[in-house]
Amino acid sequence: MKLNTFKIGGVHPPENKISAALPIKTLPPPKQVRLLLSQHLGQPAVPVVKKGDRVKVGALIAGGEAFISANIHSSVSGTVLKIDNVIDVSGYRKEAIVIQREGDEWEDSIDRSEELNNDITLAPEEIIDKIKEMGIVGLGGAAFPSHVKYLPLPGDAAKADTLVINGVECEPYLTADHRVMLEKSDEILSGIRVMMKAGRVDRAIIGIEANKADAIELLSGKARAIPGLEIVPLKVKYPQGAEKQLIKALLNREIPSGKLPLDVSCIINNIGTALAVYEAVQKNKPLIERVVTMTGKSLKKTGNFKVRMGSPASILLEALQEELPPGTARIICGGPMMGKAVNNLEIPISKGTSGFLLLDEREARRKETKNCIRCAKCISVCPMGLEPYLLEKLAERRNFEACETEDIVDCMECGSCSFTCPSNRFLLDYIRYGKTNVMRIMRDRR
Amino acid sequence: MSRELTISLSPHEKGNLSVEKIMWSVVIALIPALTASVYFYGIHALRVVVLGMLFCIALEYLIQKFVLKTKVTAFDGSAAVTGLLLAFNVPSSIPWWQLLIGSAAAIGVAKMAFGGLGKNPFNPALVGRAFMLASFPVQMNTWPAPLRKIWESGADALTSATPLGILKEGVRDGTPIADLADKMPSYFDMFIGNMGGCIGEVSAFAILAGGIYLLSRKIISFHIPLFYLLSLAGFTGLFWLFNPVKYADPLFHILAGGAMLGAWFMATDMVTCPMSIKGQVIFAISGGILCGAIRLFGSYPEGCSYSILVMNAFVPLIDKYFKPKRFGKEVDNGK
Repeated sequence: MKLNTFKIGGVHPPENKISAALPIKTLPPPKQVRLLLSQHLGQPAVPVVKKGDRVKVGALIAGGEAFISANIHSSVSGTVLKIDNVIDVSGYRKEAIVIQREGDEWEDSIDRSEELNNDITLAPEEIIDKIKEMGIVGLGGAAFPSHVKYLPLPGDAAKADTLVINGVECEPYLTADHRVMLEKSDEILSGIRVMMKAGRVDRAIIGIEANKADAIELLSGKARAIPGLEIVPLKVKYPQGAEKQLIKALLNREIPSGKLPLDVSCIINNIGTALAVYEAVQKNKPLIERVVTMTGKSLKKTGNFKVRMGSPASILLEALQEELPPGTARIICGGPMMGKAVNNLEIPISKGTSGFLLLDEREARRKETKNCIRCAKCISVCPMGLEPYLLEKLAERRNFEACETEDIVDCMECGSCSFTCPSNRFLLDYIRYGKTNVMRIMRDRR
Repeated sequence: MSRELTISLSPHEKGNLSVEKIMWSVVIALIPALTASVYFYGIHALRVVVLGMLFCIALEYLIQKFVLKTKVTAFDGSAAVTGLLLAFNVPSSIPWWQLLIGSAAAIGVAKMAFGGLGKNPFNPALVGRAFMLASFPVQMNTWPAPLRKIWESGADALTSATPLGILKEGVRDGTPIADLADKMPSYFDMFIGNMGGCIGEVSAFAILAGGIYLLSRKIISFHIPLFYLLSLAGFTGLFWLFNPVKYADPLFHILAGGAMLGAWFMATDMVTCPMSIKGQVIFAISGGILCGAIRLFGSYPEGCSYSILVMNAFVPLIDKYFKPKRFGKEVDNGK
């Protein structure tokens, strides 16, 4: 059978899904959590607690007041120690609420039973409010506040007809979404029904890459009971998890440059978000935990863990009873294609953290750069139809006007060009530099 | 933390394609053509090819080491490809010192003077060939006959004109094409390479085998060879339909001379061909027409190498106006 995929560009890096067969282990809450005020895209949340306050698990500690922002809830019970600056994945210091844990006492409103609640009683507006209240953001990595996607647009603006659920997990190594699909399938499907109601759509599609055959089979079997829901296996190709590429692959709709999924009548969310929505709406549970993969070829053991937000990444290694392997030369938060290199494992896990990957010296070292041989491989792999070789040259010469006319802002930084380049050129590094400058210039112009 | 960690931006994963792999793949793809050549012309063909590669690698090494004083990249395979292709574009009887001068033009003038690998606007091997054709017209137009013909004739050495040479002369004298038939090799001989010509260009079959290898390794795409040959056939075919007495048929034009070698290995040179598929098609079609025009109306019997050189000059312009299709621009979602 010919599998669907997106049409232009794409690469197939080694999958390295080492931890795919390992069940999710729930880790005990850590002694201390550091909850960043900005775990999402948009404005940071504003603290509503102060030093010395006692909080339970699930208590609101910071409110997302702005239009694009998200509430933050305490992931442990205990005392607020301080509001401090901590280093996050970006390498910069960011404001975070530090809570010292005492016991594990949950807010009474949270339904902690394992029982499946399939009974959707709330109206669409109430569901959206609930998603907002519980601080749900996209768990795929970008951490975009979820409720915003469901808000009806004013006037006759585009209306969604399809909910697209991203079960692609096209990043090599990462397996958190895969495990969630296998172990929480009923909750996910219930969550999808909630989301369909909130978005007022009667059609939903889950896209899953063919390398997760067990998840495709399991979900396809159960999806038959839900009218309008379809599971579509996709050809394994990176970056299929990018929203533009996924919508193209599933629905053959092309989001115009600078536009949003809603412009092609789609709402798109990650599979992990579906679980979070289920827990928020049906179980009244805020987003205080998530599943994270700890992986790397140099580790003797790898795993998938359910951890409290704000835990240091080092608890993942402790859970594996491993030290940082001696040859470790790069620690990546996220996958190898789009993840961020960090300088230690004390980084707090936040809503957008999908995994940690360790690379050894040989894997981490960049190869020596040679002249561009104009092989055009970067063009053939670019999923946005850009010319990375040209953008690199233009950005290097600081010719930002030309960068803009060559559509540099359409670059989503998937890294396919740098991955492929036979001359090992720093294509994406220069493109980022050019893109940042072009976006600054465009902002100033407004 | 005392450990040394690399902090760099994504991607952190690297594919295994490299310049060396690409270049040596091209060398491997040229081995069938070389084998055919040695079979038809004997050890002289091999001597010229080995010398050509040695000259080019050595010249690149010396220029980088002593003139430019930069990092030596002479062994990355690109100089080897240039040497190989230059040797493929000369007769097997070429004196070694002429080949050396050709190599100097290819590596020194066409490649290193422009900044080395990737910076040259013109195909170095073709510049070398053009330089030699202008400097040594006699030797560059003396074609040893295939070995078998020499043995059959009992002579020590024998030259034979190329099919395109016979055609040009015939047309000049006003001889109808049909009357040239007994001087011409059969199409089958032309396909396997049993005729006079440059070392690497004679066997269409061997070139095709190498080209298919490159296609399968995804080093080249089919667009340039296909459209170059199609447009050459289309252009010459038009004239043949109009006047078959004066003009040769399109199959002859594809099999004769350097069309096959040029289409598969010269026009597809990454450095000197356009970047987008659209651009490559324009480049190839224009090149094919140009090649046909030079063959039919120019004073040289062969136009393939010049057609590619001329089109090389247009590449920056083509790159500027023919872009790949951007995602999300000029979208039609059926609305």
